[in-house]
Amino acid sequence: MSKVEKVDITKTTHIEHTADGVIMVTNLDLAVNWARKNSLWYLLFATACCGIELMQTGGPRADLDRFGVVFRNSPRQSDFIIVAGTITYKMAERVRRLYDQLADPKYVLSMGSCSNTGGLFQHSYSVLKGVDKIVPVDVYVAGCPPRPEALTHAILKLREKVGREPYFKNYVGTRFFKFMRWIKNDN
Amino acid sequence: MITKEIFEKLKEKFGDDIIRLDESVKDPFVVVNPQKWLEIAKYLHDDPDLYFDFLMSIAGVDYPDENLIRVVYHLWSYKHRHMLVVKVELNRENPVVDSIDSIWANANWLERETYDLFGVVFKGSRNLKRLLMPEDWEGHPMRKDYEEPKEYHGISTERENPVYLFHLVKPPEEE
Amino acid sequence: MAEYAFYTPEGEMLTVNMGPHHPSTHGVIKFVIDVDSEIIHKITPEIGFLHRAIEKIAEKVTYPGFLPYTDRVDYLAAISANVTYAMAVEKLLELEIPKRAQYLRVIAIELNRIASHLIFVGAYSMDLGAFTPFLHAIREREKTNDLFEALCGQRLTHHYIRIGGVSHDLPPGWKDRALEWLDHFEKFIDEFNRLITFNHIFVKRMANVVVIPPEMAINHGLVGPNLRASGVKWDLRKEMPYLVYPELDFEVPVGTGMMGSVGDSFDRLWVRILEMRESAKIIRQALKQMPEGEIRAKTPRVIKPAPNEVYVRTEAPRGDMGFYLVSDGSPRPYRLKIRTGSFTAMTIFEHLKEPIMIQDLVALISSLDIIAPEIDR
Repeated sequence: MSKVEKVDITKTTHIEHTADGVIMVTNLDLAVNWARKNSLWYLLFATACCGIELMQTGGPRADLDRFGVVFRNSPRQSDFIIVAGTITYKMAERVRRLYDQLADPKYVLSMGSCSNTGGLFQHSYSVLKGVDKIVPVDVYVAGCPPRPEALTHAILKLREKVGREPYFKNYVGTRFFKFMRWIKNDN
Repeated sequence: MITKEIFEKLKEKFGDDIIRLDESVKDPFVVVNPQKWLEIAKYLHDDPDLYFDFLMSIAGVDYPDENLIRVVYHLWSYKHRHMLVVKVELNRENPVVDSIDSIWANANWLERETYDLFGVVFKGSRNLKRLLMPEDWEGHPMRKDYEEPKEYHGISTERENPVYLFHLVKPPEEE
Repeated sequence: MAEYAFYTPEGEMLTVNMGPHHPSTHGVIKFVIDVDSEIIHKITPEIGFLHRAIEKIAEKVTYPGFLPYTDRVDYLAAISANVTYAMAVEKLLELEIPKRAQYLRVIAIELNRIASHLIFVGAYSMDLGAFTPFLHAIREREKTNDLFEALCGQRLTHHYIRIGGVSHDLPPGWKDRALEWLDHFEKFIDEFNRLITFNHIFVKRMANVVVIPPEMAINHGLVGPNLRASGVKWDLRKEMPYLVYPELDFEVPVGTGMMGSVGDSFDRLWVRILEMRESAKIIRQALKQMPEGEIRAKTPRVIKPAPNEVYVRTEAPRGDMGFYLVSDGSPRPYRLKIRTGSFTAMTIFEHLKEPIMIQDLVALISSLDIIAPEIDR
């Protein structure tokens, strides 16, 4: 992924009042990312202790809903997966399968020591030593289990990352421009 | 009834198949003959004076020095409120004991767990498969001499200590 | 089997895989079910997806070093596992613990029991399709978490119990805070009952669903609230008292078949709701009766029990929890076996007498209050 410079939305956005209404000229990536980062849906994937803190984070006090972050039960509807808890070898291949089922663009948030490195269960014969051995991880949250505030912070970090991405270059590519050309010719 | 009374009652009925009573530990236990365990268990469950209707746990304990695996059964009677600890001693190379899942319904899973982790074979079991570990796992991990495999399905089972990544500290030499 | 108006048997079995990632299986448990249209004829549970080898780790760490792991055996009721393990080690060491520490333990256990049952009622209603009660329950649980945080600094995996006592005394003002919360909480139970427990739709989903008769419950080793819901009045706190429970006055609720028959899913919910009230009562009494004094007995610097073996049972929120501990004179346990309520409760699925419907399976899973790390350890 190429390095992306921070774009200041106030400088790149141009607003003009015309007789036909308001015309707004802006960076397309910024406009799309603005929408994307305000509705990040996560896959409810709780295996162990962290799952309870994940539930509490979605609960009334920490209230993830205010960031547009809500849980989904199906990987097909989710933007990112919160790996909350210990992953064993028996579970590892299923985690990979869930990750593969997520629709692009997808992100992984590793919550808690167990999924970061194996944590307390490093000496165990059946625990995977870090979920990054099977899926790429975007954000790590330390703690055993992390507090809801820590998880909220991690999700804000993920939002930041989503907001900075060159969405069209990375995920849409030439398909989008072909489509635009096709619309233009049609008219 | 305390364990000593139960032991005497069992001794009267089964004779030499009840091997010994150990009262030196906090929760005294009775050692029985693994070949006759099913019969004894049935008696323990059905006899009105004993009436052990609740099988609390089955635990394997590995003793490599004595070349033994001891399977420990904890029984409880709700009616008479007494507990009994029964042990069977099995050869480590070929541990076989009678299955008791026809008597207590929860025994099957406890036996499967012991089979999975210790390799104890329960003769006559309804369904003896691995319970906790994946089907294709090799070895019985709770045995004392078990060594963790280097990888499972292509996933490495080791994680390098981040302290040693930057070569500031040297890892301790392996013995 | 029961008559279903809309059910026409097709005579063909379809094997469906439910889990290990499924929102209503409470963690990672897999159920392979054979269904004919909507009726389940055979359930084969598969576990081990969260087998963290806690028993093997016990053989690698010291006696006090194992305490944090007991938190994670049952993370919803960390204190109960803490206490059971600490009691097992204390029995090995023949250690007497101070009275105040015992009271503090009881307070922590009961507060934890409330927190655990709150998750149960919340998750249960969510599994049956209601989301609001879940938020209500979580809101209350946040308050128990605050109390725990003030008490020992952790929200979930408390590690409050030490071998020989507890880690901290009550912080200043904690008692008043707890009492204030209890006043509020008892009103909350009434509110919750009005909202969900006696809700007509909810009762229809639970009453007479998967009745477990007492003989079957005992034979399968069901313990705790699941056993009591089947009408067996058995609570280790009363029958084999430990800590200071004999000095406290509380009732043991049992299933009465209020909405259907004894041992149905409604009873399993109702017993737990009544138990929360009793726990609140116990905390009040314990706070009142608690004497001043030491909170920790003197323990040796290195804990090295002589070769021995013990089996200790206590009443955890998920029932009879047992620690079988074998020591060999070294500073590490030789063998530790944890007997948990959820593990034996899982054996019930293979032996259901009658075919059940898919949604009833969800009701059964939740009503048994099983939790994955306790099954797999």
